[in-house]
Amino acid sequence: MTGTRIDTLFAGLKKQNRPALVTYFMGGDPDYETSLSIMKTLPKAGADIIELGMPFSDPMADGPAIQAAGQRALRNGQTLARTLEMARSFRTENDTTPIVMMGYYNPIYIYGVDRFLADAKTAGIDGLIVVDLPPETDEELCLPALRAGINFIRLATPTTDDRRLPKVLENTSGFVYYVSMTGITGSALPDTGKVAEAVARIKRHTDLPVCVGFGVKTASQARVIGAAADGVVVGTAIVNAVANVLSPDGGMIADPAEAVATLVRGLAQGVRESRLAAAE
Amino acid sequence: MNQPVAPNSFRTGPDEQGMFGIFGGRFVAETLMPLILDLEAHWNRAKNDPAFKAELKQLGRHYTGRPSPLYFAERLTEHLGGAKIYFKREELNHTGSHKVNNCLGQILLAMRMGKKRIIAETGAGQHGVATATVAARFGLPCVVYMGATDVERQAPNVFRMRLLGAEVRPVTAGHGTLKDAMNEALRDWVTNVEDTYYLIGTAAGPHPYPEMVRDLQSVIGEETKEQIMEAEGRLPDMLVAALGGGSNAIGLFHPFLDDKEVAIIGVEAGGKGLDGDEHCASLTAGKPGVLHGNRTYLLQNEDGQIKDGHSISAGLDYPGIGPEHAWLKESGRAEYVAIQDYEALEAFQLLTRLEGIIPALEPSHAIAEVMKRAPKMGRDKIIVVNLSGRGDKDIFSVAKHLGMEI
Repeated sequence: MTGTRIDTLFAGLKKQNRPALVTYFMGGDPDYETSLSIMKTLPKAGADIIELGMPFSDPMADGPAIQAAGQRALRNGQTLARTLEMARSFRTENDTTPIVMMGYYNPIYIYGVDRFLADAKTAGIDGLIVVDLPPETDEELCLPALRAGINFIRLATPTTDDRRLPKVLENTSGFVYYVSMTGITGSALPDTGKVAEAVARIKRHTDLPVCVGFGVKTASQARVIGAAADGVVVGTAIVNAVANVLSPDGGMIADPAEAVATLVRGLAQGVRESRLAAAE
Repeated sequence: MNQPVAPNSFRTGPDEQGMFGIFGGRFVAETLMPLILDLEAHWNRAKNDPAFKAELKQLGRHYTGRPSPLYFAERLTEHLGGAKIYFKREELNHTGSHKVNNCLGQILLAMRMGKKRIIAETGAGQHGVATATVAARFGLPCVVYMGATDVERQAPNVFRMRLLGAEVRPVTAGHGTLKDAMNEALRDWVTNVEDTYYLIGTAAGPHPYPEMVRDLQSVIGEETKEQIMEAEGRLPDMLVAALGGGSNAIGLFHPFLDDKEVAIIGVEAGGKGLDGDEHCASLTAGKPGVLHGNRTYLLQNEDGQIKDGHSISAGLDYPGIGPEHAWLKESGRAEYVAIQDYEALEAFQLLTRLEGIIPALEPSHAIAEVMKRAPKMGRDKIIVVNLSGRGDKDIFSVAKHLGMEI
């Protein structure tokens, strides 16, 4: 246990016997102000953990939806400094919901690892998911982050076999993010039986909570996945909810924050029913 | 920055983590990590297997047409009035460039690994054509990712790939250029991990690709060494090659890295000049960062977002560079310079008229650098330049730049 907001949250949820709803959105999409209002609406709509996307020009592990969201954010002036500022601003009114920043290494490397960790800590960041830093590169950011008191959350995938799992889990803290399929974000949902099997496999190697993502779009899917996992991660569906209310000329057809809130309320309902469904 | 101490040998890299100094490495998503480790294990076995080497050599001789000649460019030498200039004639290879050297080696590896499907990225289409060629030769289905912008400006190569049975998938994501094609190929790979082999075309990407591509292209430098000894009885004073990702250059340079008397010059695409954004000179005008699985010099903004490069030559149009070149620059062993579009265009025309060889626009950058250096060197000096590809593919864009209609 590292004693971050993430650890506190999962300890509390264990008592309630329900999985966490982990929601990803892209920082700065479609613009800074709208994005900040989306961030603020997430916990109010029932999200337990916020994954704050750091836009990158070349998101190799993401599908078209998240890539397009990142491009919208970058076009409208989002930078890593602005993403940190967004977290700081959020923290002025919410000091409990864990924030995990998710993205790629290069913007952090260019910002400077030590400077980034110091600023992230001040901004109230609890964890990091950096897609292109496997355990072989732990010296780069993972170990410095742990020393700074920030969780480094690792992705485990169907290609991570039992031989490799211990290495992947070695310096992971906060929770383990199980990517339920090989492929990019936003693809089809895999067989739920396989997901339960995979979660059980990871749990044989660690006491950390296991959250499952990649492919969860609806409340009913969240309910099913939540029966087996400690948390359900939803990303592309939220990013799409934003994109769906944007008009091609850059205007907004409806309020993106309200569109996200509607989706998240349904998903939150789904995860809250998941253990009940499993018990039936 | 501290000046690094010169190592005993420049030829021992990369280390076990795939690093050349601080460059290189394996910065990839976890999904790909087991595949890359598996690829590395297979590559280590193959490269030391006499049967693999023999098969590659046999194909090199009878399919590619190796060894490629080392040609004394007498008229160009006379014209420039200085150092003797030799061309390593990689443009005479089957498929018209050095790319086939790497593709043959990697497809043999893919066959050994039991892979059923080949994917590749391409910019100008030379690597795509070479990959489609070897895929046809070995009967494997092949998908080539190519930026939508490049699909339009390289129509003849797109048609070649399709004739060879490959499926060309235009990439519109991002800005539709080579880096986006590489992103898309990586996405295909993470989706189809079981049966797919990703045949990277340049000496970049995650370890072991930079090492593997270098080793497969080193045949260029090894032959050059033998041929120049035969022709001149000594090593050259200077090697010159153009770099996009840097595979033809590292192939020529690597066997000479420990021959300290041989100067090594890499030539990047200076586009419309290094002042603005319209160039691809990652080593001369970029800074270190992490992209496509390795740490290397990149064209990027102050927020670490990758920029799109520009070059008259689509084959040099990549915002990164192979990590070994980044290390050779930092260690001071090689020198890297930039040549602008107009200079390459002049060299293209000069070579065509003087030697009756139409070079690709990529090596035209190297020739342009030779045009600057040779006149300042004595007539007893020797330069070897890698003529990495032929210019047939470029005649349409050259005509356009010269304001001619064909």
